[in-house]
Amino acid sequence: MRVSMTVNAAAGEHEVEPRLLLVHYLRDVLGLTGTNIGCDTSSCGACTVHLDGESVKSCTILAVQADGAQITTIEGLASGGELHPMQEAFRQHHGLQCGYCTPGMVMAAVSLLDEHPDPSEAEVREGLEGNLCRCTGYHNIVKAVLAAAQGRLAAGGATPAPAPSGAASGAAS
Amino acid sequence: MTATEVPPAEARVLGTRLLRKEDPKLLTGESRFIADLVVPGALHLAVVRGTVAHARIASIDAGAARAMTGVVAVLTGADLRGEWAAPMPCAWPVTPDMKNPAHYPLAVDKVCYLGDGVAVVVAESEYAARDAADAVVVEYETLPAVVDLNDALSDRVVIHDEIGTNKSYVWELAPDPAAVERAFADAAHTVRGHYLQQRLIPSAIEPRGVLVVPQPFGGDFTVYSSTQIPHILKVMLAVTSGISESKLRVVAPAVGGGFGSKLNVYPEELLALALAKRMGRPMRWIEERSETPLSTIQGRGQIQDIELAADADGRVTAARVQILADMGAYLMLVTPGVPLLGGFLYGGVYDIPAYSFTCTAVFTTKTPTDAYRGAGRPEATYAIERAMDELAAKLGVDPAELRRRNYIKPDQFPYTAAAGLVYDSGNYEAALDKALDLAGYADVRAEQERRRQAGSIRQLGVGVSSYMEMCGLAPSRALASLNYSAGGWEAATVRLLPTGKVQVVTGTTPHGQGHETSWSMIVADRMGVGPDDVEVLHSDTAVSPYGMDTYGSRSLAVGGVAVAMATDKVIDKARQIAAHQLEVAAEDLELSGGSFTVRGSPDKTIPLGAIAFGAFTAHNLPDGMEPNLEASMHFDPPNFTFPFGTHICVVEVDTETGSVDLQKYVAVDDCGNQVNPLIVEGQIHGGIVQGVAQALWEEAVYDGDGNLLTTTMIDYLVPSAPDFPSFVTGTTVTPSPSNLLGVKGVGEAGTIGSAPALINAVVDALSPLGVTDIKMPASPQRVWAAIQAARTGTRDGAPTISDGATAGDAWRSAGADEAPRRTDDPTAGGTVTPGSPATPEESEEDR
Repeated sequence: MRVSMTVNAAAGEHEVEPRLLLVHYLRDVLGLTGTNIGCDTSSCGACTVHLDGESVKSCTILAVQADGAQITTIEGLASGGELHPMQEAFRQHHGLQCGYCTPGMVMAAVSLLDEHPDPSEAEVREGLEGNLCRCTGYHNIVKAVLAAAQGRLAAGGATPAPAPSGAASGAAS
Repeated sequence: MTATEVPPAEARVLGTRLLRKEDPKLLTGESRFIADLVVPGALHLAVVRGTVAHARIASIDAGAARAMTGVVAVLTGADLRGEWAAPMPCAWPVTPDMKNPAHYPLAVDKVCYLGDGVAVVVAESEYAARDAADAVVVEYETLPAVVDLNDALSDRVVIHDEIGTNKSYVWELAPDPAAVERAFADAAHTVRGHYLQQRLIPSAIEPRGVLVVPQPFGGDFTVYSSTQIPHILKVMLAVTSGISESKLRVVAPAVGGGFGSKLNVYPEELLALALAKRMGRPMRWIEERSETPLSTIQGRGQIQDIELAADADGRVTAARVQILADMGAYLMLVTPGVPLLGGFLYGGVYDIPAYSFTCTAVFTTKTPTDAYRGAGRPEATYAIERAMDELAAKLGVDPAELRRRNYIKPDQFPYTAAAGLVYDSGNYEAALDKALDLAGYADVRAEQERRRQAGSIRQLGVGVSSYMEMCGLAPSRALASLNYSAGGWEAATVRLLPTGKVQVVTGTTPHGQGHETSWSMIVADRMGVGPDDVEVLHSDTAVSPYGMDTYGSRSLAVGGVAVAMATDKVIDKARQIAAHQLEVAAEDLELSGGSFTVRGSPDKTIPLGAIAFGAFTAHNLPDGMEPNLEASMHFDPPNFTFPFGTHICVVEVDTETGSVDLQKYVAVDDCGNQVNPLIVEGQIHGGIVQGVAQALWEEAVYDGDGNLLTTTMIDYLVPSAPDFPSFVTGTTVTPSPSNLLGVKGVGEAGTIGSAPALINAVVDALSPLGVTDIKMPASPQRVWAAIQAARTGTRDGAPTISDGATAGDAWRSAGADEAPRRTDDPTAGGTVTPGSPATPEESEEDR
């Protein structure tokens, strides 16, 4: 089957097997290997990306289901050599160690703030429930997300939309 | 803070919360993990795994699989038997008579655990390989599974015919058995603890993977593997494949967590290498998560019996420990040694004059066990810390006070323990005091009492755990005395390049620990250059030919120290060049801010960069001096290091539902001098979560037929963010005298301290109800059952316990005829053991 979608602002069209998972499309067809695979039961969230502005586990849907969608992956978050504020917050607060869950965690966190701009600690923890991390004990991830929320509010309430994923982020906010 | 010679305070980089260099690449998805590596022409492997725990292989029909589109080959264990120069390696023959059945990458005659590989599919794509693996038809003649450790010990069913028994070894540490006997004979009080260390699935978020690329000429191979141990792996691949070591290059790309699970030599690594050699094409295998619990080692798996003797004041006079350890179906790289790493530490942080430890190790038809974060030390700490609480309860003494009474005192260091180790340094009481303070201990106890008086449904429990561990693995001679087949040194090379930049080559292999940052800080601190001027190379045997890799909280205390020592050698040589060029005596020079300056003549100065370029041009060096500024160090530590700390947690237990809510967690850890507190705290946080996870949620559950019931992350409960509060961390600093940085190691501390703190807290909450122990994981069902059992026991005087053992003697007395059989029904009634504490109904195999 043919699928076409816009990934990190680049439009593309490919012939794929109907059973091809979106995560395999991103990784194997487009070569966007920043999105990681940590499980095969949609438990770990390492493969989280944004589909039309909403965070999804890209192992839970088929590439053909994303036909026509706007996708943002971790590669589309930073722009102009600058980390996205959420990436920067993870760095400032040591919210990553091995870094394998990190792309999915960051994408989930960006989406979380789109839905809850001023979350409590409990809301951050609940909001990240679908993303597993084995290194950090979540402590610094939560700190990073809360700090990113404060930074976003101080900057006027919205995270500056990175150029490549502008459309997708815009749809969510 | 440190006893060693150090640069002036204003130049210090050590001890600062420098942000990690590693992060930008990881945050943007630029880092390359094993599954991200793309090599043109690579073939994909899928392993056909046994679907029963114990069986003879009657037949393998790969005809349909071979005919499928994209399938290049399907090979069985018999097809590949000629590829192996030696069986899979076990590097730790702990006793001369240890039984170690031959273990090959694919089973030939029989499978010995669920997941044992029987064939491998080679295909043009990952999808094709997995489709074909499902199409391979294997017929089995099923044999009885051996799941329960006591059943294994009985030899009712012998798993490996060629060794004739399920017992692998008995290892004893009893420096003075008579002293132990005397202590128990003279004791005013004794307590016995019988604890189960359930099997754990390490669950690094990145599954394993391997990619082997044959070079076009010369018979060389590059092996990329998601491994913690590229250096050890290279040696072992050479031994098992028969390929010359000098033709193998092993690279660990970005590695997504290990926790011991990637500290091994795995069948898939050998298969990929053998098939790349055989077929002349790159071979790639990526583990599926649902394979992980079968294809990657598990952790823990012990039954522990500990007895303490104490005098009238509660001072512990002896510890006597016997454990039964589950090896699983085969011995992997260090499987038999894991219980021994804890074997020295069941005395904990206490001044206990008499000690004995015995470990009996048995095979079962389950996934092999091996090192998992802490490796033996969490098990030991759990046993002594639970037993200390049992002693405190018996004496009616506050658990914190009993610990304080028994601590080794600061003036006793270096302290020679009854088990034989010499502890380098410690101040256990300071850590306890700080933890009590941070926990608001008195206030929490007051609230606990209030709820008890009120008969609240939600009872509070406070758990205290003091731990000490041995890190800095290891003095090579100490490893020799334990029959470990390798040394414990670490290698480092430091180069001051012509441009003034510094290149560090380390034999450690970070996979989340931040060595690039910390090693840069060590060098920057000593040379006076910026951390960003230092580049750290690692995890590639072509770049760092010598290394002992990363595990056991060893990297800083051995590898980081090696970097510091190599740096000092470079500085010494640079000093000679500076002295030559400035025409002064070397001892008149001081190094500050990256320049050598003549004392008293601040205008006579030469920066390191200029010296480096001078060493490169070699135009004006002292007579006989070699060009370039490079030095190597192979550091063999003189002793282990012994970090310590106290963890305190507060839980709320719902006595109607059995649910446990972790409300507060305080960790005070002392890992000696800290290079980067940001990284130290991160290690503690992650460690706490893994220990709490063992206490409350995680367990590899097997049924009576040896089927693993927790093969996915849906069934195996790796915790997520809402399961925890934020942690309160504190530190004390007691430098190690064993190395020039005064560092100790922190990678496993959190995991070691936390599980006993949690269970102590849960038991503390329920102690007014008569509950004296809860098996891990303390699931709501299990807690609820413990409450019911205690109540029933009180009312009816009929407590039930059927874990097959009375503390201390069940496994010793278990003969072939009387071996306790595992029951498939966890609620089935068991035998009544008068005097035993009321515990929930359990099979010994800790479901």
